Amino acid sequence: MSEDYKDEYILDIIENQHYTTRTILSSLLTVQDDIGYLPKNSINVVAEFMDVSINDVWGVASFYLNFRFDPPGKFNLEICWGPSCHIGGASELQQTALKKLKLENQGDTDDGKFTLKFNTCLGACPQAPLISIDHKLYGKMNSKKFSKIMDELI
Amino acid sequence: MSYESLKNDSDKRWQELTKGNVPWIRVSDAMCCGSSLGSDEIIEVLKTYSKANNLSINIDTVGCHGLCYAGTIIDVLLPGNPRVFWGYITPDNVVKTVDSYITNNKIVKQNLLGSLGEESIKGVSNFTDLPGVKYQSRIALKNSGNIAFNDIYQYIANDGFSGLNKALNSMSSGDVINEVKNSGLRGRGGAAFPTGVKWSFMANSNGKKYILCNCEEGDPGAFNDKGILESDPFTLIEGMIIAGYATNSTNGYVFIRHGHEGPIVRTEQAIKQAYENGLLGENILGSGFSFDIEVSLTGDSYVAGEETALMESIEGKSSRPRSRPPFPAAYGVWGHPSTINNVKSLSYVAEIIRNGSEWFKSTGTESSSGTAIVCLSGDIANPGMYEVEMGLSIGDVIEKLGGGIPGGRKLKMLQTGGPLGGVLGSDSLKVKIDFDEMAKAGAILGSGGIIVVDDRTCAVDLTKSLVAFCQYESCGKCFPCRLGMTHLLEIVEKISRGEGKIEDLALMNKIGKNMQAGSLCGHGQLGYNPISSALKHFQKDFEECMNGNCPTGSCEKRNIVFPINTRPNAWQAKTGQVYQGKIKTGTGDE
Repeated sequence: MSEDYKDEYILDIIENQHYTTRTILSSLLTVQDDIGYLPKNSINVVAEFMDVSINDVWGVASFYLNFRFDPPGKFNLEICWGPSCHIGGASELQQTALKKLKLENQGDTDDGKFTLKFNTCLGACPQAPLISIDHKLYGKMNSKKFSKIMDELI
Repeated sequence: MSYESLKNDSDKRWQELTKGNVPWIRVSDAMCCGSSLGSDEIIEVLKTYSKANNLSINIDTVGCHGLCYAGTIIDVLLPGNPRVFWGYITPDNVVKTVDSYITNNKIVKQNLLGSLGEESIKGVSNFTDLPGVKYQSRIALKNSGNIAFNDIYQYIANDGFSGLNKALNSMSSGDVINEVKNSGLRGRGGAAFPTGVKWSFMANSNGKKYILCNCEEGDPGAFNDKGILESDPFTLIEGMIIAGYATNSTNGYVFIRHGHEGPIVRTEQAIKQAYENGLLGENILGSGFSFDIEVSLTGDSYVAGEETALMESIEGKSSRPRSRPPFPAAYGVWGHPSTINNVKSLSYVAEIIRNGSEWFKSTGTESSSGTAIVCLSGDIANPGMYEVEMGLSIGDVIEKLGGGIPGGRKLKMLQTGGPLGGVLGSDSLKVKIDFDEMAKAGAILGSGGIIVVDDRTCAVDLTKSLVAFCQYESCGKCFPCRLGMTHLLEIVEKISRGEGKIEDLALMNKIGKNMQAGSLCGHGQLGYNPISSALKHFQKDFEECMNGNCPTGSCEKRNIVFPINTRPNAWQAKTGQVYQGKIKTGTGDE
């Protein structure tokens, strides 16, 4: 885990967070939005800022599945496997992605280029099956279209 | 600012837009129908087009018409003409489509959906004749697709905030609660509890009180909450303020999942505009009533949509449900009395107050007033978000609005009300969209999601994906749910691989019963539902799969890779690492 971010920098992010209701969760979300992950020292900074124990912060950070503890890949690829996408053929997309990225399950590629995530619902079920790349949705996907997109990114 | 001056001002602006001499293009853009197809690029293309040709055009982004299948939809209003709609618009064909109409009044027939206005155009059908429009009756979504999501004046010009004005000026808080009680409005989040009755439970105390609006909406197959927030966030805000007035509350939170940028950004914009016009904050419309609303974000957690888990999440903790009692109405967020309503429930409130409870009661059925916002997806010709009157049959929704099953295939299953809702068979087409009728049939209307599944899918395959979802999203607090869901998934996977035994069915039943008895919230209590309802209709599929003969072959073909979740230590499972730093109790002064 890298510690490229100084405590002061992280504190500055948290102090200037968008919402007026400040909680452990809102602070952690703000840090991840800014840096892309939660650096180790950010846990301590949030604990101090919120005046709670490090355990309290770790509890929240390890609970929500969107938090990461190391830098994400260059491309953030998500594949939806909710029921609508499943019957639309999401498993084929999963297999394609795993094969092309040489992964066994969701995670990061060794070269740090991709972060693959299997999402439970991307929220646009009429366009199933869906993928998202860097939070932009691409609907009505099929293996052929998806392979092409992947090849361009790789 | 008084309501009257706001209304006058808004009406003037609306007149200019609709009766002025500048064309008005409305691009329908919501996450479910537009954004995933590139509607933001369409708007850019249109702007470039108008600049390059020196044309003066008003371009607005409006919400969803419900016809997700025809996305992206745009419509053009030329001065003195009806609105003309086109569907299937992409950044590539948008200029080709609108140019000849704007510059020389010639309508391109390709992708034409129809016209809407007092007069019709020769050779162009009416937009309202489209089945997806004709069979809808819109109350909560009445502005959706018609007004810009980011212009409060367009909302006010279309009777927006008149319900609030009426409540504040001529009704006591008790009157408002009674009106909502009389209307028969029931919660659209899943439990179908009468909204007015819920409000009346709010403790009669001074100090802070909260109205919480739930837009967590992690249900696969449901996208109507996000649809409302993206299409017409003002309706929700007005409903929340009225709810606040009725329960004498001080604060409101709109609770949305982090990462759903569309709903988040649009709701925030709407809240900001409401503040700027004196519709939120101190002394709303000079009535003496004050109310604040803020957006609250949660991380990725399905259970955060459960009412007590939602409160934990707003407080910034892990979203695990609390035990009840105390109930939220007595002890909610930070210990203050709180009421939690779904986006859809609150979106009816303004119209109910404006038109009266009798009007609302006269729509829908005896036990379920009003409309249901149905989200159709899956193996269906015309998927969409359709607001239909309660009492319409599921068959009508699928055939008339959804256009039936494509490719000449047959309907096999329906999955309603989210993954915990249950599976219905093809014999359920006569069941009416109604809270009680659906419950009688063994499913729930819940949030309104209906996933249509044709005969290519094996019931075990669908069940597997539902159970995997429930396992993945268990928060881990109650062990019957945490372990039970994992165990159920193992068994369903085993059956799906052709290695199941008939005894497994009894075992699953036992696990399911334990989960129901031993879990704090609906996630564990209903976690066995997908399996029990599938077994009720499709036990044959399970038995055939056990013998290694999946009836459709989909169990083998669709090899889903489940992400691993072992909450409460999700992070370790995800990264394969264990944090090696010093973890101490107390405030970390290392």
